[in-house]
Amino acid sequence: MKKVMTGHKAVAEAMRQIEPDVVAVYPITPQSEIAEYYAQYVADGIVHTELVPVESEHSAMSACVGAAAAGARVMTATASQGLALMIEILYIAASMRLPIVMALANRALSGPINIHCDHSDAYLARDSGAVQIFAESAQEAYDYMIMAQKLAEHKKVRLPVIVNLDGFTLTHSAQVVEPLEDAQVKEFVGEYEPIYPLLDVDNPSTWGPFAMPDYYFELKRAQQAAMEAVPEVFLSVQEEYAKLSGRPYKGLFEPYKLEDAERVLVVMGSTAGTAKVAVDELRAKGEKVGLLKVWLWRPFPREEIASALEGAKVVAVLDRAFSFGNMGALYLDITSALMHRERRPIVVNYIYGLGGRDTSTEQLMQVLQEIKDAQPGEGLRYLGLRE
Amino acid sequence: MAVELKSWRELPIGGVIPGGATPELNKTGSWRSQRPIIDLEKCIQCLMCWLHCPDNSILIKDQKITGVDYDHCKGCGACAAVCPVKAIEMVPERGGA
Repeated sequence: MKKVMTGHKAVAEAMRQIEPDVVAVYPITPQSEIAEYYAQYVADGIVHTELVPVESEHSAMSACVGAAAAGARVMTATASQGLALMIEILYIAASMRLPIVMALANRALSGPINIHCDHSDAYLARDSGAVQIFAESAQEAYDYMIMAQKLAEHKKVRLPVIVNLDGFTLTHSAQVVEPLEDAQVKEFVGEYEPIYPLLDVDNPSTWGPFAMPDYYFELKRAQQAAMEAVPEVFLSVQEEYAKLSGRPYKGLFEPYKLEDAERVLVVMGSTAGTAKVAVDELRAKGEKVGLLKVWLWRPFPREEIASALEGAKVVAVLDRAFSFGNMGALYLDITSALMHRERRPIVVNYIYGLGGRDTSTEQLMQVLQEIKDAQPGEGLRYLGLRE
Repeated sequence: MAVELKSWRELPIGGVIPGGATPELNKTGSWRSQRPIIDLEKCIQCLMCWLHCPDNSILIKDQKITGVDYDHCKGCGACAAVCPVKAIEMVPERGGA
């Protein structure tokens, strides 16, 4: 049944239906309403989750690591500075191969202190070893929270998964969301089977041991193998979820009118919705334009994306965060993926939407028009910035 | 002792060691710069050193202190500090453990 809800509520609903064993969260700013809704479910006895309200985000992720090593199904949520404080332990969660699922309400990192949307928090976690998925809408955030659980817990993967949803644009605005039935979600995620759970006291195991130069490298290589296993599992989870939900999840990214497109936008998150309107407007005028919306950002599906983009003339990659001192991180992903192709479009890079700066349909139409004259090897362009 | 190192494909997930009590397999006392010497003639068997040792390195048998596990003692000196009859002396290490 279709309902109207905010992105926060949609994520909390997915969590309620999954009903993890443990949710550890820092309960105040920059926490989201996700934790507030979930705490209410626990207080009302709707879920039987152990809610651990800790004294910092560092402790939140630490409690998640402990609970996951014990053998629990674990979820959490955070935003901006909260993720920054979690980072140290997020790396450890990934290295210990703990399938912690986290909603990240994307908000700008300080300073200056801001609170509004951009992707600087997600970019901070780029090399943490966590899988990262970007949602365009509250519906996608809901759906990917459920898919993330299955992806994270797959025996080939066993990694933390971050589901990104744009702060305010998605988290605080109400949209139509069609949740599944509780029983459908429970059946889809199934029973969690932990590996070497610490609570199995008859079979003791040692977690988080020291690894010196003779083993550290091998353990990190094994982590990379887990990341490399993600795309195949992601596709199979999508396929199963698409059958269950009737929604068209198919692919590591979403192509939109990309088939014959000469000029293409690449974006992550809610701006994809605006970009679709911009593409439609220009298509109506006969312009061959399209959009590639990134779903799976880490691991980055470089060959699939390169194949989808190599036929274009010009690609505009939009990064919603700086990677100071170089081009945007998504631009670097895309250009390195295209590097080995015989056919290579010109790729330009826009930084946009920082600290919650709005991006309009008109601006994106303007981008699709002005990149006609793009030259190879240009530096950064800025969208919506006062020069 | 030559140890055959494993490939990354052979390692348990997340670097977990299936099994507990791994310190028994590893001698970790090698970075000690001073070692406790217990004078068992002076010792009154109060077990304060055993209680305070952070590395479980005070050896006991039949509830009596018998010595120190130098394979795991780090030489922190907590035992000497808590001994009420000063029966433990910290002596600088010379050479290996």
